[in-house]
Amino acid sequence: MIRVQSENFDLAAELKALTRGKTDIGGVVSFVGLVRDVSGGAKVAAMTLEHYPGMTEKQLAAIEAEACARWPLNASLIIHRYGRLLPGEQIMAVVTASAHRQAAFEAAEFLVDWLKTKAPFWKLESDGASETWVEARGSDDTAAERWGKE
Amino acid sequence: MKLLYFAWVRQRIGKAAEDVTPPAGVGDVAALVSWLRARGPGYALAFADLDAVRVAVNQEHVGFERAIAPADEIAFFPPVTGG
Repeated sequence: MIRVQSENFDLAAELKALTRGKTDIGGVVSFVGLVRDVSGGAKVAAMTLEHYPGMTEKQLAAIEAEACARWPLNASLIIHRYGRLLPGEQIMAVVTASAHRQAAFEAAEFLVDWLKTKAPFWKLESDGASETWVEARGSDDTAAERWGKE
Repeated sequence: MKLLYFAWVRQRIGKAAEDVTPPAGVGDVAALVSWLRARGPGYALAFADLDAVRVAVNQEHVGFERAIAPADEIAFFPPVTGG
């Protein structure tokens, strides 16, 4: 399941909904990305996430399908927010559920790594006075590449 | 064809979307970029460094060698920074 939304989310409620009625799940891994108040040594007062409606959903669905093809997942969820966010706020979450922990851990890492390099989101940071587009990091490409090609 | 611009590509060009009809010889993304560059200083600035620009055709990531057709939706943007 994927969701692209401006509003916040409640991870506990999401976990409950995702696993409800599924008694074959042995473990659930969740990752939540938060807005930091410092970026590259500079203060961050707010962050605005721009995205490409339509392509974002397609890319996230493709990434999730790829994870389900690679690991035996009983359930999965990707939530990504857009719009203006403040330090400490939740940006995104991935949740993976599987019979065993290894698949859930690996699939969660894969989802985060791949969405960082494929999902069309762009972060604009503000320090209160001026705005800067966050630059893509080579380390994110490296992290995604270790999972191999599609 | 429909063109979409995001993040600083949008800011430099000064618009988020437009419909264009390039000349018949413009058959791939690279040729489209060359044609767009000549449309004004904002376009020239946005496409000054193509290593910093990514492209999607019909919402799929593609390379600049990708062939394009009049009905395509083509988006230009910086490398993505979500997550």
